[in-house]
Amino acid sequence: MEIPQIRTKPFGVHAVLVEWPVEVSELILNKILQFESFLKIQCLEGANWEYVSAYNSLLVVNTKMTIDYVSFSKELQHWYASMGEAKPYKRYLWRLPVSYDPGFGIDLDDISVQLKIEISELIRLHTSHVYTIYGIGFLPGFMYLGGLPEVLEISRKATPRLKVEKGAVGIAGKQTGVYPQESPGGWNIVGNCPVPIFDATKKEPCFVSVGDQIQFYKVSRAKYDLHKIEVEVGIYQPEKIQIDA
Amino acid sequence: MLKILKSGFYTSVQDLGRFHYRNKGVPVSGVMDELSVFKANALLENEITDAVLEITMTGPTLFFQEETHIVLSGAEMSATLNNLPIVNYKVYQIDIGDILSYGKLEAGFRGYLAIKSGFRPKVMYGSSSFFKPITYGNRLMDGDMVPFKYKEIFKPKISEIKVDSFLGETILKVHKAPEFDMLTEIQLQVLFSKDFTVAKENNRMAYQLNEMLEGHSHSMLTSATLPGTVQFTPAGKLIILMKDGQTTGGYPRILQLTDKAIAILAQKRQGATICFKLV
Repeated sequence: MEIPQIRTKPFGVHAVLVEWPVEVSELILNKILQFESFLKIQCLEGANWEYVSAYNSLLVVNTKMTIDYVSFSKELQHWYASMGEAKPYKRYLWRLPVSYDPGFGIDLDDISVQLKIEISELIRLHTSHVYTIYGIGFLPGFMYLGGLPEVLEISRKATPRLKVEKGAVGIAGKQTGVYPQESPGGWNIVGNCPVPIFDATKKEPCFVSVGDQIQFYKVSRAKYDLHKIEVEVGIYQPEKIQIDA
Repeated sequence: MLKILKSGFYTSVQDLGRFHYRNKGVPVSGVMDELSVFKANALLENEITDAVLEITMTGPTLFFQEETHIVLSGAEMSATLNNLPIVNYKVYQIDIGDILSYGKLEAGFRGYLAIKSGFRPKVMYGSSSFFKPITYGNRLMDGDMVPFKYKEIFKPKISEIKVDSFLGETILKVHKAPEFDMLTEIQLQVLFSKDFTVAKENNRMAYQLNEMLEGHSHSMLTSATLPGTVQFTPAGKLIILMKDGQTTGGYPRILQLTDKAIAILAQKRQGATICFKLV
């Protein structure tokens, strides 16, 4: 298998951006995560290195020192070439409950009309696909999920809402995702997930990582309320399955 | 404890920021103008990472419940200690019951209050910088209490420094950012020859500029951003991300401000003029 080439770009004096070919693919994402893990474990020592990966890029930041771009970019190329088949981090498939109750899925009717799909079929499609996390950003815990079936592609709402509820599950363009906090937003809302994707009361505030996968499953309103209470008292454990093991 | 009698326009606790959570979408946060804070903490012989109050535009009224030492820095905000005027970059001894208040904003936009050994609110993920939803709020409210460490004896080695103010500087030095090469001759010409003014949309997340460049249709996959990244929207608007700015974005990144340029911009308010110069 041919290894996709990387190119580096300076990004200020504290960071270097590593870019892969411009495509949304699991293959590229795996290479990025492998490289990030390889850099962390074998190349860059010390606590001052930070990494931000998204789609086809990896930002390598030094939080304290300035980086000499010319020599560092050469090193990065060298490390990438010598990485071999380094194993990426453990990746998980997270199964997240969603209530598609009309009280939450406030755009279900509109979407059904626009896409000419029954609501039940829409929910079946949304829950039958596995989505890959290509990035986390925009808000703490906001996942950029790829893999939405083409028949569910729908444009953003013409006028964004000033307030979308925390936990709202939406679709827009080729993406689906969960609003981790109340926020303005233009996605079409299909339901609500009772599990907080970002929770600052936890030691590790965000259980998902770039490269993980998400599958939604439908729960009743009653089950939703139960999960909500389980989350509040701190006994809810998100369901996960290790992948690439 | 420091009691916030009146919170002012936007007052928050900030240190140098929260690192290693950007991959979860958490902005770094931290003081907007590091240069002013470095000097204030240095005078108090503090750690570089000690937390300060960042005070925006209209200052608070503050009541000290313990003895300590303080230094003000950054914007010039006509501060008074028990109704007597005090100046920036000078160590003041504080007694129990002292009241620090702020008056007219004379220069700059963000003032800093550094305290001996730093303010000590709860540390969240390695930083005490306010950022909602990591901390309960984005800013201090009337009646809030902010803890600090009481230090019995402190004899400052230097009690006052003269600082060459950069509050009036207008040139932002910048590096080329990842999508710089997409810029056309015309866009480059405007970017580096014209003055820009700060829009009313300016805060700890981002500073927008009023003047626009010719628009574009360059599309890219979402990728990492930094404090000081200049984003370029398809309509031609320039948005400069600041300390609470999002960690990824889908707009082309054309410039990256130097650390000093971020500090200079942090002291600008709506209508202020700036220009860009490549390093």
